[in-house]
Amino acid sequence: MAGNLFTNFYETVAVILFGIGFTTLLLHRNMIKKILGLNIMDTAIYLFLAAKGYISGRVAPIIVDGVTDPVNYVNPIPSGLVLTGIVVSVSVTALMLSLTIRLYRTYHTLDIDEISMRSKKEDF
Amino acid sequence: MELVQNFPFFNIVMCLASGVIASILSGKNARRLSIGLVSVVGIMSTCVLGYVLKTGEFYTYMMGHHPAPWGNEIRVGVLEASMALFFCIIMLLCLLGGSKYIAQDIEESKLNLYFVMINLMLSSLLALVYTNDLFNAYVFVEINTIAACGLIMIRNNGKSILSATKYMIMSSLGSGMLLIGISMLYDLTGHLLMSNIKESVATIAANGEYTVPLTVVIGLMCVGLAIKSALFPFHSWLPDAYGNSTASSSAILSSLVSKAYIFLLIKIFYRVIGLHVMIDHKITNTLFAFAIVGMIMGSISAMKQHDVRRLIAYSSVAQIGYIYMGIGLGTTAGMVAAVFHIMSHSASKSMLFIAARGLSEVSGNSKDFKDLKGAGYRNKIAGIAFAVGAFSMVGIPLFAGFTSKVYFAEAAITASPKKMFIAMIALAISTILNAVYFIRATISIYTPRNEHFNDPNFKLAFTFRVALVLFIILNFFLGIGSYPIAQAIEKGLAMFS
Repeated sequence: MAGNLFTNFYETVAVILFGIGFTTLLLHRNMIKKILGLNIMDTAIYLFLAAKGYISGRVAPIIVDGVTDPVNYVNPIPSGLVLTGIVVSVSVTALMLSLTIRLYRTYHTLDIDEISMRSKKEDF
Repeated sequence: MELVQNFPFFNIVMCLASGVIASILSGKNARRLSIGLVSVVGIMSTCVLGYVLKTGEFYTYMMGHHPAPWGNEIRVGVLEASMALFFCIIMLLCLLGGSKYIAQDIEESKLNLYFVMINLMLSSLLALVYTNDLFNAYVFVEINTIAACGLIMIRNNGKSILSATKYMIMSSLGSGMLLIGISMLYDLTGHLLMSNIKESVATIAANGEYTVPLTVVIGLMCVGLAIKSALFPFHSWLPDAYGNSTASSSAILSSLVSKAYIFLLIKIFYRVIGLHVMIDHKITNTLFAFAIVGMIMGSISAMKQHDVRRLIAYSSVAQIGYIYMGIGLGTTAGMVAAVFHIMSHSASKSMLFIAARGLSEVSGNSKDFKDLKGAGYRNKIAGIAFAVGAFSMVGIPLFAGFTSKVYFAEAAITASPKKMFIAMIALAISTILNAVYFIRATISIYTPRNEHFNDPNFKLAFTFRVALVLFIILNFFLGIGSYPIAQAIEKGLAMFS
């Protein structure tokens, strides 16, 4: 069991990073740190995909010297997935940051619990 | 290939393109474009549904020039086409009913941006319904989340921005789990197209390999989608998001966004993992347990609310619990009941949100039940629609909610004895709790008081009336003429596997 963890250490690290990012996004009170957590979580998934897509000793499937045998190349799809994922996570991060700026302008704090309390007080 | 087979692809691209066009139009024209677009998509979906019903079998549509194991596909069957048509109808009615309030709640200069979001939302809904590619589904889940966030925050006051932030945080957690689940599944099977994944998963499961990783994948995907569709313990974002946005947004969020995620989950059950593998990994039992707790706790939270919008929002938590209970039964009958309840709940809940906004309009824009007393007399059509929606939620015969409860009960009887017992008791308790707060709310809006809100110059918007009348007709149609719909759902689910 522990041996598997060491042979697949990229995946192990990726899952640990995913956990760190997930808990930060879920539990941290500071909005900026929440966004950092989101990015760590997404990057961990990309590390997982990239590690799964690479086979040591092979190269990207770009044919330069006429070698068409697929044994020489890695699978390009995981890299494509990573690129798509990066685009998605950039837009989500931008949206979260813009929401944070709006919140800071309205409530003058980045602490989400404090913001919730102040917003509840507006009722009374 | 016939022309009508291209329609699903045309619809998705049309919605994306008109999202771009709407960003340079004025608010009024953008609204016309959106309403026209939703109607056209609805008509085209009807043609697709007719075609699929006529041929009696599904078809796959190749996107780009790469055939099956590599390229991207959309897949159209009876269930997909009828879901697309239903989503269009509900979205059209939500936009019509809430159009006056959209103009009130949103700054004039930002009005067109609202319709950009609506168009993008529709495109992502259609893509989620039609897609046959798991990673594509993830991308459109994210587009859907961003569009939904825009719909919540567009009112641009502190509360709606806070609700949008909370929604975004929970949704990002959900998408992260879904994405790592999809990555792991790709790692296990080597495919992204749903049909190919299902073949590989069947082989893996039959050989008894990778049992733990498969359980992890199933768990991650189910929990991810459960967070996004607000199953009970993950519902913390829901009341704020539904309570603080403009009426059309809450109606669309509650009736379309969360339902699209549940539909994707049903798709994953049937088309990706396979129902038997899901049942073997006990995920149906887990969802069933959460659903039962949600059905009761959602109603208990709703009873404590004084704010009409939050009451309806908490009732959504209970109703989402019903849908997951149908899924959790793990039988075809349960699935049919769940899909039917997706429809009946969407129709009733969006009507309730629009009607509640109409009622608070004649009560000095207050959402508190103290001020809403007698609002049913001041705004007659909204009062009737609220009563119809409330009766449907409680499950009084002739209304849509009753029929879906009958289907749930029938499905529970054919399930295993233990689940039947729990499901029946939970249905009974939840119905009583629903009755307590919805009947109380209905009585409260028909208590003649608060005469000082009477405004002789008050005039209802024409579109509001039309939308509510159509909503009421749709509700009765789902309640009385449910048999052909249930037949179509059954046929569609059979085409799924």
